[in-house]
Amino acid sequence: MDNEAITAAIKNEFSEAILSTGVFRNELTCYLKKEDIAKVAAFLKENKELDFDYLSDLCGVDRIETDGYFEVVYHLYSITRNHRIRLKVLVPSNEPCVPTVTNIWKTANWHERETYDMFGIKFDGHPDLRKILTPEDFDGHPLRKGYPLDGRQPSTLKDVYRKD
Amino acid sequence: MVTDSSITAASPTTTHLMTINMGPQHPSTHGVLRLLLELDGEVIVKAEPHIGFLHRGVEKLAEYRTYHQCIPLTDRLDYVAPFSNNLAYAIAVEKLLGIEIPERAQHIRVILCELTRISSHLLWLATHALDIGAMSVFFYCFREREAISDIFEMVSGARMNLSYIRVGGVSRDLPGGFLEKTRTFVMEFPSRLNEYETLLTTNPIWKKRTVDVGIISAEDAVDYGLSGPSLRGSGVNWDIRKAEPYSGYDKYHFTVPLGKNGDVYDRYCVRIEEMRQSNSIVHQALNILPTGDFIAQMPGVALPPKEDVETKMEAMIHHFKLVLDGIRPPKGEVYASVEAPKGELGFYIVSDGSGRPYRLKIRPPSFVNLEALPKMVEGRLLPDVVATIGSLDIVLGEIDR
Repeated sequence: MDNEAITAAIKNEFSEAILSTGVFRNELTCYLKKEDIAKVAAFLKENKELDFDYLSDLCGVDRIETDGYFEVVYHLYSITRNHRIRLKVLVPSNEPCVPTVTNIWKTANWHERETYDMFGIKFDGHPDLRKILTPEDFDGHPLRKGYPLDGRQPSTLKDVYRKD
Repeated sequence: MVTDSSITAASPTTTHLMTINMGPQHPSTHGVLRLLLELDGEVIVKAEPHIGFLHRGVEKLAEYRTYHQCIPLTDRLDYVAPFSNNLAYAIAVEKLLGIEIPERAQHIRVILCELTRISSHLLWLATHALDIGAMSVFFYCFREREAISDIFEMVSGARMNLSYIRVGGVSRDLPGGFLEKTRTFVMEFPSRLNEYETLLTTNPIWKKRTVDVGIISAEDAVDYGLSGPSLRGSGVNWDIRKAEPYSGYDKYHFTVPLGKNGDVYDRYCVRIEEMRQSNSIVHQALNILPTGDFIAQMPGVALPPKEDVETKMEAMIHHFKLVLDGIRPPKGEVYASVEAPKGELGFYIVSDGSGRPYRLKIRPPSFVNLEALPKMVEGRLLPDVVATIGSLDIVLGEIDR
């Protein structure tokens, strides 16, 4: 299915959940209301015409400085139909919570853990929402724009060897 | 032999689950992977991978670098297949810019990426066989891998972190003697591969350790997001080179090998056959390698030729601007993925119109493939964990990023 047909199929089913759609470099992006993400995702997977059986990627984008929210971005692919779609939900920075999609694609588990670790976005209903890449005693969410590149953690080696 | 039934009848056994820690320093976890295994005797009740020991913050670092400076970062993801990483990144930036690259550059990329696939699969075969106890395979594989490393060294000057592919093409043209050397390798390699197969494919010990071990069904494999040979071992026919051809892969004739049961043995067979197919692709690409530019002649994307920079004012300005400001793609976002040796390697780049990526997300195949490990090993024996990790072909560099 091409981008227009996919857009039409989703809009037909969820006219009120879709905020906007756009195509850039032949890639379809669909902005959703965050509370509807699980519903729309389940539909995209179950619908035989769309058949988005494969969650390629899930990640966060920090847009707090410019727009005041996080984005959670889902890259879906259909192995049987060979088409892709990008879903986006906007997450307010004061209450960063999104419904989980782990019950739709099992692979979302680690992706959501990583997004939680890197951005502090919580996924409601996730079975095991823990940090995944940073150590347990690590404080902060390193991929937020406000997090400094040099880090905030006490640098152990520096403390040990460079006391001046 | 005397059997004393009274012992078992009189003393009811109490079961203690034992938790053991496998890794992060363990020879068969292929890097700094830590597995927390809960065992009932020798049977795995629960397996839990702990990752992040190699986390270097590549995605964060990329936000502070120009598009050009990100290329060396990509080398260090899947460090046994650096060309594929370079390629995936370059393709994503080219898609963002909306540019086409010269035919010759595309062919060079295909040749090198398929050699990388062979090199990566050789390392997988070497270590996988070593883990299971077949030591000699290791030495043979490294002999062939050495030949490929020599070719890479010829092309880029480095053997591991190559950074050879550029946005718009490749960094320089193929050196003299490259074609002959690669041809020699391509002609020899299939017979070498047959030798490895005589050591393993029908070997009863090998089959005992791999057949019906670490099984994952096709539905589960898709649900868990497996990709690459790990997915195709379960019989799912999805190869990005065929489904969404990039770099002119539609021009080459090759088949996509598939497994049936989704066990360790099927994944082994798939990768062995993939090496043959890659070898054939390299052969085809060498035969139709066109002449022409090795990098797009586009000011603002690729550096102008050095002799022009020294003699022409305009070229010097372009050079100066590009080095200082970097590539400035339009505002927008793209996701581009390639069939890396381990699976779908994707780059999601968000551009705000400046010279640095606003966000760069890497979709590493090993990260996602490793997630399915507990599913494959739970209920199996402890030695099967070693075989299954080997069959997933993970590289911690791209898992932890």
